[in-house]
Amino acid sequence: MNIVVLVKQVPDSGTERQLDSSDNTVARASADNVINEMDEYAIEEALTVKESQGGEVTVLTVGPDGATDAIRKALSMGADKAVHVSDTAIHGSCAVQTSAVIAAALSQLEYDLVICGAESTDGRVSVMPALLSERLGIPHLSGARKLTVEGSTLKVERQTDGGFWALEAQTPAIVSTWDTINEPRYPSFKGIMAAKKKPVETKSLADLGVDAGSVGLATATSQVLDFAGRPPKGEGVKVTDEGDGAEKLVGYLAEQKLV
Amino acid sequence: MAEVLVLVETAPDGSGVRKTTLEALTAARALGEPSAVVLGAPGTAAPVKDVLAEYGAAKVLVGESDDIDAYLVAPKAEVLAQLVADRSPAAVVIPSTPEGKEIAGRLAIKTGSGFLTDVTEIAADGTATQVAFAGATIVHAKVTTGTPIYTLRGNSVAPEASAAAGEEETIAVSVSDAAKQTRVVDRVVEQKSDRPDLTEAAIVVSGGRGVASAENFSIIEGLADSLGAAVGASRAAVDSGFYPHSFQVGQTGKTVSPQLYIAVGISGAIQHRAGMQTSKSIVAVNKDPEAPIFELADFGVVGDLNTVVPAATEQITARK
Ligand SMILES: Cc1cc2nc3c(=O)[nH]c(=O)nc-3n(C[C@H](O)[C@H](O)[C@H](O)COP(=O)(O)OP(=O)(O)OC[C@H]3O[C@@H](n4cnc5c(N)ncnc54)[C@H](O)[C@@H]3O)c2cc1C
Ligand SMILES: Cc1cc2nc3c(=O)[nH]c(=O)nc-3n(C[C@H](O)[C@H](O)[C@H](O)COP(=O)(O)OP(=O)(O)OC[C@H]3O[C@@H](n4cnc5c(N)ncnc54)[C@H](O)[C@@H]3O)c2cc1C
Repeated sequence: MNIVVLVKQVPDSGTERQLDSSDNTVARASADNVINEMDEYAIEEALTVKESQGGEVTVLTVGPDGATDAIRKALSMGADKAVHVSDTAIHGSCAVQTSAVIAAALSQLEYDLVICGAESTDGRVSVMPALLSERLGIPHLSGARKLTVEGSTLKVERQTDGGFWALEAQTPAIVSTWDTINEPRYPSFKGIMAAKKKPVETKSLADLGVDAGSVGLATATSQVLDFAGRPPKGEGVKVTDEGDGAEKLVGYLAEQKLV
Repeated sequence: MAEVLVLVETAPDGSGVRKTTLEALTAARALGEPSAVVLGAPGTAAPVKDVLAEYGAAKVLVGESDDIDAYLVAPKAEVLAQLVADRSPAAVVIPSTPEGKEIAGRLAIKTGSGFLTDVTEIAADGTATQVAFAGATIVHAKVTTGTPIYTLRGNSVAPEASAAAGEEETIAVSVSDAAKQTRVVDRVVEQKSDRPDLTEAAIVVSGGRGVASAENFSIIEGLADSLGAAVGASRAAVDSGFYPHSFQVGQTGKTVSPQLYIAVGISGAIQHRAGMQTSKSIVAVNKDPEAPIFELADFGVVGDLNTVVPAATEQITARK
């Protein structure tokens, strides 16, 4: 079973992240960029499926040149090879445009299964797999907390409020994973060394046959008009419990008419 | 007046609509006259029609078919796309649930439109507000292509009644094979709670790793029940097995925006903040005075949750 895992490089969600005031896009150059944490679960799942079904795991990333770090991480976990779509024209693309680029790249690959994270930690739009499913005409099994492969039949437990939905579809298909699906492995030393020799193919929009004018800020389907830091909250009150903490807490709630 | 399509989210038991629907109807009124779109198995619309009219639906467009329930998301997107083509609405507003976002995305591709997800406000000129980076940044954005599609984040708009005609129209539904690729074989409920729904509750009390055990979560439940609140948990509490995953608040859990959020034994990691930072009032109980949660707390108690919380519960109960 050939699997493509979609991996995005994002600014570290544990640090202060910013938009760039020159064009209202994510400030990626100045950020501490890492692999989208949610995609590690997708990689782990792809490797698990490969271990039971055989085949190859290809990593696909659309992002600036610096995104090679995320690719290396995926390769060091055990993916076999990578495709990196990088083209300055893509800068500032909306999700709709990005999905056209990813779909074009997928069309040049052989896959039975595409696995991706349920959301990125920067855009958090959490629709990329649905957009790709729509564009490629393949089924989407979304929000998986469990994936079972039985021949060409895929079974997914889609996590819901207080339970799950049992989903079924045939390959080729796209599966998006939640962080409840597995525990991603750490790259081993051997894995890190091996990753350095694994093939990474870089493709431009021209290689994909995508018109550069159809992507990027100028033709994005939505536009950020302006942004601002969230207004700072008024300085909060902090009390130390000296036997009266509960009383003060309830006093605050009463004052705010919350009890 | 321009028509705005609002996709209705019904309650899981089918008895009514989720609060998100009333919020979406309220927000849609800024853009035009809402037409509520009810899509589901036969019988879905009957119990919800009246409340849709009460909250401003001039029309209730009803598309009922077993195929809508039997296959995941794609049939709903297909019916909505047909409605957009037939009626040229000014916009489409959808509750921002995982399903709602998937529908929005598919609809965008089908109709050649742009979409904005997780918006907290929609202005009359179509400009929407989004909250980015765990609540740290407020963004104003606009759809520039096609029919604007918005998914509205729960609890960001207060639902306001505004009686309208609620004139019912039946939509013929025929689902294509392309939309029948992912079958929903079963819908399984694992936990049922008598407490308010986490994403809809006016008050949420969440416990973290500091609660220390599953048994000790009764302290959190006790405070929640005294306030009529929902219970939430941090990922560390969930990963430690103290509380089920469906109650997780944060980046990979639920996003909540209640009137009051009480964080107990939670440090306030950025991924936790991502799910609760827009709460109106934030109260924290933590024994570490340096815990980052205090940076966003309106009221913080530095103390041991095992003494502070039960005492607070007792005093709240005594006030009733
Ligand atoms: C704060 C903010 C808000 C935004 N809001 C919107 C909006 O409302 N509408 C809109 O159209 N665009 C929006 N964007 C732009 C959008 O995030 C980007 O176009 C992005 O490339 C695609 O969406 P995502 O990362 O949010 O994907 P998600 O759907 O959240 O990601 C899901 C998965 O798709 C895969 N994936 C996503 N992007 C890539 C990639 N470049 N390469 C490989 N795999 C990938 C990953 O596996 C990921 O886990 C927003 C961006 C930001 C920063
Ligand atoms: C991809 C990714 C996604 C994530 N998604 C989420 C998410 O959705 N939600 C989420 O919550 N986290 C998420 N996290 C995890 C997040 O980074 C933190 O690890 C987590 O929020 C910590 O939970 P905590 O505050 O309960 O635990 P800790 O950080 O361990 O904090 C426990 C707190 O309890 C206090 N305490 C201990 N004992 C007592 C006592 N007796 N009385 C009072 N206070 C006490 C301590 O002082 C401490 O501040 C995610 C992480 C990643 C990488």
